[in-house]
Amino acid sequence: MSTFGIASQGESALTDIGCVRLNDMAATATLRLSRTGIVSSHSDRARIWKVEIDGNAVGSIANERTVEIPVEPGSHALRVESTRYLLSPEVSFEAFAGQVVGFSCRPRSGSPIIFTRWLIWLLASLVKHDLWIGLKLDEASSASDGVTSTAAQKSTTRPEVGASQIQSGLDARSASARAETIVGVPTRPGTKAQSALAVSNLTKRFGDRTAFSDVSFDVGYGEVFGFLGPNGAGKTTTVRTLGTLIAPTSGSATVAGIPLSPENGVEIRQRIAIMPESPGLYLRLTVTENLEYFAGLYGLHRAETRIKDALEAVNLADRASDLCGSLSKGLRQRVGLARTLLSDPAIMFLDEPTSGLDPVASLEVHNLIIGLRQKGVTIFLTTHRLDEAEKLCDRVAFLNTTLRTVGRTAELREQLFKRSLVVETLAPISDPDQFFARVPTVEDWRSDGPSSYVLTVSDPKVAAPEVTRSLVGAGVDVLSIGEAQHSLEDVYLELIAEDVGARQP
Amino acid sequence: MMGLDATRVRAVVRKELLDYRRKRSIVVSMVLLPLLFLVEPVVSIFLVTPLDSGSALDNYVVLPLLYMLLIAVVMPSTLAGFTVVGEREQGTLEPLLTTPLREQEFILGKAAAVMIPSVALSYLVYGLFLGAVALFAHRAVASAVFHDGSTLLALFLFAPLVAGWSVVVGMAVSVRASEVRVAQQLGMLASFPIIGVVLLLAVGVIHPTFPVAIEFAAGLLVIDVLALRIVSRMFDRERLVIGAKATRA
Repeated sequence: MSTFGIASQGESALTDIGCVRLNDMAATATLRLSRTGIVSSHSDRARIWKVEIDGNAVGSIANERTVEIPVEPGSHALRVESTRYLLSPEVSFEAFAGQVVGFSCRPRSGSPIIFTRWLIWLLASLVKHDLWIGLKLDEASSASDGVTSTAAQKSTTRPEVGASQIQSGLDARSASARAETIVGVPTRPGTKAQSALAVSNLTKRFGDRTAFSDVSFDVGYGEVFGFLGPNGAGKTTTVRTLGTLIAPTSGSATVAGIPLSPENGVEIRQRIAIMPESPGLYLRLTVTENLEYFAGLYGLHRAETRIKDALEAVNLADRASDLCGSLSKGLRQRVGLARTLLSDPAIMFLDEPTSGLDPVASLEVHNLIIGLRQKGVTIFLTTHRLDEAEKLCDRVAFLNTTLRTVGRTAELREQLFKRSLVVETLAPISDPDQFFARVPTVEDWRSDGPSSYVLTVSDPKVAAPEVTRSLVGAGVDVLSIGEAQHSLEDVYLELIAEDVGARQP
Repeated sequence: MMGLDATRVRAVVRKELLDYRRKRSIVVSMVLLPLLFLVEPVVSIFLVTPLDSGSALDNYVVLPLLYMLLIAVVMPSTLAGFTVVGEREQGTLEPLLTTPLREQEFILGKAAAVMIPSVALSYLVYGLFLGAVALFAHRAVASAVFHDGSTLLALFLFAPLVAGWSVVVGMAVSVRASEVRVAQQLGMLASFPIIGVVLLLAVGVIHPTFPVAIEFAAGLLVIDVLALRIVSRMFDRERLVIGAKATRA
């Protein structure tokens, strides 16, 4: 199981809370890939090479960098790709749990990278195209980690991915909050020391209007992070900014390990998926055609299998041939969700994913999110449904132009509300002021109805027995006594009330 | 235009062509417009007799060229007006922009998707015209049509180039427009210079000789490429996503 460590840095606990998620990484192996050699071209394609394991893009590597990618134990095929004609040979390797297998890649000497891209395309289309990037086993790295890797150049067999990569746990009849099992989705890169999202003093202004200001937070890999706030608080603009759709006015951020900047836009968008509030489907196209289009835009291999799996995951396999225009709002929402699953993203931004869904469909989406979290997918969930946030999110943040607070819901309750006991009696206490003053553990009290009292206490476990004894000793008939429970809604309303109060002269 | 991914461009083209096929108004205009432009020249050419003067015969040969080029101008300006603002209106632009698709790939894919059917229809109509002439027109008239190589060359060179101009201009308008209808109307207006050139060809002010055709084609090609680059730069993700409403608020 995973655990959290939350550290408050400095005075401002609102913006400097860092979250570290300790995934159970011991069960996985690590692929360490380093890149050397000079690339003369300044194009993104030359700067960034895509890393594929078993035909799936799992990350990328820049020049003179080393990346570490968690992989499941077993046989895998590795390939590095620059453009469609600039490929490495496919190399097979064996991964063992808890160990590291290292490869290094570089442009082959005398490679045509020094020529223009057009010439490369011309040449590469005439001759064998997977010769331009060299990829070899890093003996030193593997030996030091004790790996018995069996790399073989130009492996011809690649492990087949099961027909059902994503096993749907969306059986509404067994509507429990059990974890979704998603088979075959690779565990996301990231360790306890890494943040999937690191946002620092991010601000966005449109002319005189501030959409959000000085927002800072970290989100760990595999975390479900709730982003809450009233309408117009800047939630959607934050998502659009992190998704490289709009540029921040100031501040910085790292998304899936890549600094947020216009130059890195394509690479960031390759690693994330955003589901806007409105699914934005092509209504004259079928469900499958919509997904095929996006699979093409992500350059996905085996798109057919991925589409099938994504549709099964959202329980839409039987509607694959229907025109999107003929679907209900809820079903369109599910197609939008399937679209975000296609590219196997490291981070998913979900803006109101259950908007318009019936309770059963909402539960299915919840289970899907739980399953994705277990596979290490980071979920950035924007929602107005506080029950949903409370149920799904490891941590939540409240935004109201500025970030009001961020943390686990239990901690936020403790921050905002004093601990209290709720006492109900059969008949009103004759002089409650005098009575509760005699009980040492009760700090304060207020009436919550004719025979209901809310007592402020420092420790309910100590106070409850003492209050009970005092009441019984005084001959009061006690109906119930228990700790007052504050929901996330209470926290939300309290924060909003604070904001409203602060803005009033 | 560095770093373009052919797979993504292909995906845009495929989706656009699929979408056109399902949109009734586009299918109807793609059928009716070429039919109208085909009937008149065919009827005209059958009215010509071998006894007509050489200049009259020339006019009948050039007239179909005018119509073919008009197809290549009018059709793209209608379709191109929809490319960006249409996506915005139906709410599909934002999901599209969240993918790794680059601005240039989007523009190139959309332009190609508009160009392909427009130019194909233009060629098809001209092919049908030539077929009808070969099969049914008087032998002397047919001989005059088929021996006018400069006209044939002009059509094959100019059709994609004038279509390219219409597409680029239409897309430039579509990037900035707030409504599809406005974009289509402004796109059509912006295509008038090309229509003017076509008219000059038709009335014989410009005679489509081989050197003129080549020079004109080269000039158009340069303009098209430059215009495509300008449109790519006009493509501002932030403005397209946020729109005027958010900036005003």
